[in-house]
Amino acid sequence: MSKITSLPEAIRQHVYTGDLVYASGFTHLIPFAAGHEIIRQGLKDLTLARATPDLIYDQMVAAGCARKLIFSYIGNPGVGSLHRIRAALESGQLEWEEYSHFGMISRLQAGASGLPFMPMNPSGAADLAERNPCYQQVTDPYSGRAVVVVPPLTPDIAIIHAQRADALGNAQIWGILGEQQLAAFASQRVILTVEEIVDETIIRADPNRTIIPGMVVDAVCHVPFCAHPSYTQGYYDRDNEFYLAWDKLSKTPQGAQEYLDAWVFGLPDRAAYWEKLGSETHRRLEAGEHFSQPVNYGAY
Amino acid sequence: MDELPYNAQELMVVNAARLLKDHDVVFVGVGIPNLACNLAMRTHAPNLQMIYEAGVIGAQPARLPLSIGDPTLVTGATAVCSMYDIFSLYLQRGNVDVGFLGGAQIDQFGNINATVIGDYDHPKVRLPGSGGSMEIAAWANRCYIITPHQKRRFPARVDFHTSAGFLTGGDARTKTGVRGGGPQAVVTNLGILQPDESGELVLAAIHPGVVFEEVQENTGWTLKQALNCQVTTPPTEMELQILREKLDPNRIYI
Repeated sequence: MSKITSLPEAIRQHVYTGDLVYASGFTHLIPFAAGHEIIRQGLKDLTLARATPDLIYDQMVAAGCARKLIFSYIGNPGVGSLHRIRAALESGQLEWEEYSHFGMISRLQAGASGLPFMPMNPSGAADLAERNPCYQQVTDPYSGRAVVVVPPLTPDIAIIHAQRADALGNAQIWGILGEQQLAAFASQRVILTVEEIVDETIIRADPNRTIIPGMVVDAVCHVPFCAHPSYTQGYYDRDNEFYLAWDKLSKTPQGAQEYLDAWVFGLPDRAAYWEKLGSETHRRLEAGEHFSQPVNYGAY
Repeated sequence: MDELPYNAQELMVVNAARLLKDHDVVFVGVGIPNLACNLAMRTHAPNLQMIYEAGVIGAQPARLPLSIGDPTLVTGATAVCSMYDIFSLYLQRGNVDVGFLGGAQIDQFGNINATVIGDYDHPKVRLPGSGGSMEIAAWANRCYIITPHQKRRFPARVDFHTSAGFLTGGDARTKTGVRGGGPQAVVTNLGILQPDESGELVLAAIHPGVVFEEVQENTGWTLKQALNCQVTTPPTEMELQILREKLDPNRIYI
């Protein structure tokens, strides 16, 4: 049965006040349109988890959606600070729980695999583990050595952007894979946004590229350009100029609010957002072409 | 430094590039480390393999990457994998020769703070945090740090151990069971610090025109000078030409 629905409807059906949300994507495929829709619908009291909160969570924190942040790197990648998150942490307005990247991703790996914890080798840097009780040490029963463990992360809802999927939610991703698959399997519910909805035959013609199977997906939303100002490999480029611009305009709460008024509350959806960006930006972000060779799966 | 035919960034990139060996597998960060790796690849280390924490192996970026997950890293790379795989199969397993690290503070024993200035629970300045650096510092065979040399960046002790250098010195690091060799050099605009036998960072090389007193003034502990302290070879014309014309023509990082 088709799971295709609009993004506003998917957010209404699957995201609730107080949820633990994981909007995934490491620099690539960050579902900004979904973040904006959550802001528009006025959801509050969320726990926002992401290895790199990036601008999407800086905007959601600025909009007052978040009670708590779970993260492993709170920078504006390649630029500097995430000013709204940093101000909220420094003023004590936002709770937080912090990991290294591997600790964070290991939590998802445990959640996605149905395991009670994931082991990691020791890192020698004890300060974070002393402040975050989710880091524990156990003894390896085979060697007797110390092993660091973290518990599963099982978000209420994962939001995942992909290049393409069929109506059942079988999603294909290429380029940086990040933690997309783990977030999907670790979460109770999954909203998938895609650049293109394709026929099932397209998916079945290249099954190795399917990263997320429809069986874990609850809603499929056709949202072209969902990831801007991050990017979708082969569809559009990362908008580094916007990452620099956000650094300036988000320095004050007023600046961030003006942005949200103009680009989130003032617009109905992503199509309007993309149009507002204008043709010059569209041209600047064109991906160009660099095709892979087809492979022969064999006719068995 | 204005009268010199190169600036502080170029000096650091060139000296960091020279630390890399051919066939090294390097966990690369964007900015200065990325430039150092690309420069090494175009000079003495053509078989360098660049891998990025975003999960890209054998990247050959056609343009200057502006973020750790830039799409130019993927196009033309030899492999792409998930974030869990890059940290476990590549880094934790011991397949990474070199990691580059940065941070707001580096102390006498090469420990790094990229997390917080002041109290962790009530931060005076909240910094980005570990990202991948906690595990890179622990598990890469060798780590290099590239940073401007300023007193506030080189305290005797860091406010927070984001990643482990030699901890309190001696065998403190090896006792924790980490597999990697720890920081092997800190490249600054004044010279190169390297750990002595106890893990304490000492001045191992000084850049042309810099005097020891200047390095000491900008270091937060009583700095020792290695017995065989060298003077670095200035950046060559070829190194500068590759940097300025091929790698960073818009002078974003240099």
